[in-house]
Amino acid sequence: MPADMTPAKAGTATTYEDGLHGASTRVAEFHEDRSPLKKIQHWLHQTPSAVPLIVLMVALIVFGLLSDNFFKATTLSTILQQISIVGILGIAQTLVILTAGIDLSVGAIAVFSSVLMGQLTFRYGLPAELAIAIGLLLGTAMGFVNGWLVARMRLPPFIVTLGTWQILLASNFIFSANETIRSSEVAARAPALQFWGQAIQPGGVRVLYAVFLMIALVAIMAYVLRHTAWGRHVYATGDDPAAAELAGVPTRRVLIQVYALAGLFCAIAGWVMIGRFGSVSPTASTGQLGNIQSITAVVIGGISLFGGRGSIIGMFFGALIVGVFEMGLRLVGTDPQWTFFLIGALIIFAVTVDQWIRKVSA
Amino acid sequence: MNAPILQAKGLTKRYGRVTALDNCDFELLPGEILAIIGDNGAGKSSLIKALSGAVIPDSGEITLEGRAVAFRTPIEARAAGIETVYQTLAMSPALSIADNMFMGRELRRPGIMGSVFRQLDRPRMAKFAREKLNELGLMTIQNIHQPVETLSGGQRQGVAVARAAAFGSRVVILDEPTAALGVKESRRVLDLIRDVRARGLPVILISHNMPHVFEVADRIHIHRLGRRLCVIRPQDHSMSDAVAFMTGAKLPEGVQTAA
Repeated sequence: MPADMTPAKAGTATTYEDGLHGASTRVAEFHEDRSPLKKIQHWLHQTPSAVPLIVLMVALIVFGLLSDNFFKATTLSTILQQISIVGILGIAQTLVILTAGIDLSVGAIAVFSSVLMGQLTFRYGLPAELAIAIGLLLGTAMGFVNGWLVARMRLPPFIVTLGTWQILLASNFIFSANETIRSSEVAARAPALQFWGQAIQPGGVRVLYAVFLMIALVAIMAYVLRHTAWGRHVYATGDDPAAAELAGVPTRRVLIQVYALAGLFCAIAGWVMIGRFGSVSPTASTGQLGNIQSITAVVIGGISLFGGRGSIIGMFFGALIVGVFEMGLRLVGTDPQWTFFLIGALIIFAVTVDQWIRKVSA
Repeated sequence: MNAPILQAKGLTKRYGRVTALDNCDFELLPGEILAIIGDNGAGKSSLIKALSGAVIPDSGEITLEGRAVAFRTPIEARAAGIETVYQTLAMSPALSIADNMFMGRELRRPGIMGSVFRQLDRPRMAKFAREKLNELGLMTIQNIHQPVETLSGGQRQGVAVARAAAFGSRVVILDEPTAALGVKESRRVLDLIRDVRARGLPVILISHNMPHVFEVADRIHIHRLGRRLCVIRPQDHSMSDAVAFMTGAKLPEGVQTAA
């Protein structure tokens, strides 16, 4: 380049960044002129349980209009009663899914724990309270094994729990020799096993203790996940495990704790099952369906299957939505298959919304 | 000359048949900005990871302020006062700025809410995070509770550097802090690095950007084939010398064998 083409600048420019003089010095700017759709997206990003809440409200209004019997206290208490087990299994599933895992063994742990509690009392003659404590402990241990395999052996959670689901369910049949302990026997000899089946009856409306337990457990875990360091670590582990590890989160320990805690909640659900059904049955449908039902509640509740996003309150709304659909469609008098049809559609809708919310930063 | 604050002798790290660190030495002096440069695969990252506890070296020793240390995790290195800003930033995108700044060292509420119910002290953490971001003059973030994924690349880098500067008490390590940034944002980060030094904290800066390295570094550690080739001062050598050293095109004075 000829020298006379760069007259004054050659003297002043000492570094390549001098061209920046006079440029805007602002680094961070926030553009508030967002489209309404973007605003909704951001709001949902901050409030992940809003979608299931809206769906729940709409479902309540629609069924309330379609059926006169829907808004009766007995109907609503029946809905709560029917989701109590799925709700507690859903707490376990929420914890695991928040870490980007999945637990297919929740139903098997619940049934096996309930059978252990029953058989320890009836076959081995332990006091029911002790049998319950041991059952809760063994359920926690089953969850711990899941967690150990996921965190230490680095196996995919889907495979681990697919395996333990079969193993635990088979162990459950072998250990119990397929025997059911009848409800009357349990009531006579070990009423503590049926504790959660008791109910208060204000004005003739039966509300099971199990319903209060479910709500209390959801509230406790909502607090733990939102307001304790451990809860934040669960989210961070699911969000980006490598980043969490580097930031100082003991991700493997968190994973093991999450699966063990999930096992404990499953065992609690097993105890509640005895109260709900009266008998102790190794063939309870929860063993086969508990995982799918709990995953459904979690997904409809707006919790991301990719981990790190969503709230346990959303799972509670998700379980309620399923309960409201089942009850509402029955009252309306349609073919019960419509329940599954609609829930299937809702699952796909929920995941679509989740994917859309995740694009918020783009 | 002062005694080195952070020193490593004979670090070796092998991954299978690959030797990432080959009997590597390292010295960081108090209050300096030490740049580490080297070609891709030279072992810069392994060296940094060994110093920050993310990788455990097979052999060799590390001393911090004269005392031997052996970090097994990044948490242990942090507890000893070594803060690292990784190239990946190590932030959870869905969590808030305040949550991220305090990840792994959360503050709990005073009294029974903290000791029994383990409740986080969000107001105190938010206040601290806001103070640190303002103090560094890095950005004007309106909402300390907004998720990190809604920030731009430069803002995220700023939060990560602010986190390291706020908590680092002995050494701050920055891995490619300007790699993903534009010119203006890079300038802010370079100013920030000088701010950190001005507070008496030594900084280790890993960078591919020669103008940035030559602008801020007090000394430049040139890494080649898993070990320290030489340490130069930016005023004694040109950028092309440095590039020639790190690629093996030229041998620095005093170094005998082709490394």
